[in-house]
Amino acid sequence: MMSTMETPRGAPTATRPVGPAKGETAVLIEDLSAWYGPTQAVGGVSLELPRGAVTAIIGPSGCGKSTLLRCINRMHETTPGARVAGQVFLDSLDIYWSGVDAVEVRSMVGMVFQKPNPFPMMSIYENVAAGPRLRGWKMDRKKMDELVERNLRRAALWDEVKDRLDRSGAALSGGQQQRLCIARALATDPSVLLMDEPASALDPIATYKIEELVRELASEVTIVIVTHNMQQASRVSQRTAFMLAADDGVGRLVEFGRTDDIFTNPRDSRTEAYITGRFG
Amino acid sequence: MVGLLGLATLASVALLFLILAYVVIQGLPALNLDFFTQRPKPFGEVGGGVQPAILGTLLLAAISGVIAIPVGIAAAIFVVEYRSGRFATPVRFAAELIAGLPSIVVGVFVWALLVRGLVGHYAGIAGAVALAVIMVPIVARTVEEVLKLVPGSLREAALALGAPKWKVILRIVLPTARAGIITAAVLALARSAGETAPLLLTALGNEFFSTDLLRPIDALPLRIYRYAVSPYDDWHTKAWGASLILVAVIAIFSLVLRLATRRGQR
Repeated sequence: MMSTMETPRGAPTATRPVGPAKGETAVLIEDLSAWYGPTQAVGGVSLELPRGAVTAIIGPSGCGKSTLLRCINRMHETTPGARVAGQVFLDSLDIYWSGVDAVEVRSMVGMVFQKPNPFPMMSIYENVAAGPRLRGWKMDRKKMDELVERNLRRAALWDEVKDRLDRSGAALSGGQQQRLCIARALATDPSVLLMDEPASALDPIATYKIEELVRELASEVTIVIVTHNMQQASRVSQRTAFMLAADDGVGRLVEFGRTDDIFTNPRDSRTEAYITGRFG
Repeated sequence: MVGLLGLATLASVALLFLILAYVVIQGLPALNLDFFTQRPKPFGEVGGGVQPAILGTLLLAAISGVIAIPVGIAAAIFVVEYRSGRFATPVRFAAELIAGLPSIVVGVFVWALLVRGLVGHYAGIAGAVALAVIMVPIVARTVEEVLKLVPGSLREAALALGAPKWKVILRIVLPTARAGIITAAVLALARSAGETAPLLLTALGNEFFSTDLLRPIDALPLRIYRYAVSPYDDWHTKAWGASLILVAVIAIFSLVLRLATRRGQR
């Protein structure tokens, strides 16, 4: 497996279909539908996520927002029986084209999960180094030290853990564990960072730190964050997508636009009903 | 209700201690340096020991472990990590069936296959194979449960980091389950170290020390059986002594296991 260090990110080769790439678009989703076995979770979603911005996907439970997120790095297909139709372009790479390996797609994208999941048998240091090591990057100790420090700093965790890098990541508090997971996801320099309700298992102070971090990181990496917390979406994002499951249980995109517009002047009455707290 | 449960607990613990105490009391008089270092003597001669049996048991455990533990772990990985595959259920079912086979039947099978077949006579290797057949399903079933305890969120995290599945298994799942896998391996070894019936039909037993796997090899359970069914008091005492050593060998396995797994926790 070639690492992103050796290949220009997402460089299309001659044999690969090249998407309608625009420099400003990091992720392009076209008519995407997703199923779990016979159950359809997402229906016909098209989205254009701008580069270097935070996009929030909001909506009530079961609206397919997490499933949509997991389709962006092909994690959806790790669920037995899961299936996808439609297209997703990362930069210009058509990630569902038959010649593209899921491992390659995932190495372009970082992911942070709802529950902090540091590797319990690894130290703090090893957790951050896990991505490069799992991908077989050849690095000497000094380079790896630098990489670990740089990414712990990016995740605003360095000052809290620099004296105990060899301790287990599982010994940290919930908020610290989640920032460790962010450092781990950043360590392989993804162009896109997916966050699946990253603060929903955390207390308000830890949540605040994660939100601050998301805002800071937005200048370096394109972030897509799923949340059911509307205040959080309005605080951290520049773009917001609102999804809703119809009566048939299929989650569809209701409205997508600038976060300010969605929250102050929604075009769709269902968006307005949701953000004013009338359901969900 | 609580009283009844307490009584049952007490009874089972008391039974265990009763057996252990009886083995120790009966076995201790047989123990001396010669017992560990000498070959058995023919009836009529005083002294002698069970050194070939001790070494034979360790040798058989080592060889059967080398065969069975990797196979059992591989089967467990297959069943747990590739459970969407069509073969996972048949593999698990087969492991269950083999685990349920009486060990004498395994012995007869290996006897037909190796003693009467490929090797042509009783041999240590046949004994090791029989023990391995008994160990594989034990290792597979226990490791399966251990692998299931590894949270799916860790597999997801590793997959999302761009690791191929085999690396996720090798570098994340197995290290996380390390303590449990060691436990499974040692439990299987301890179980097989006490097996007698399949060895009667395969390793046979030997009065002399032999590391030749193509020749009959002695083992502690065989030695206990031979001495216990004899009509001689001296041999009965030696059977108790050998029993004590066998119990001690298994206890040492468990002790090593405790130490190994404790070091695994940080």
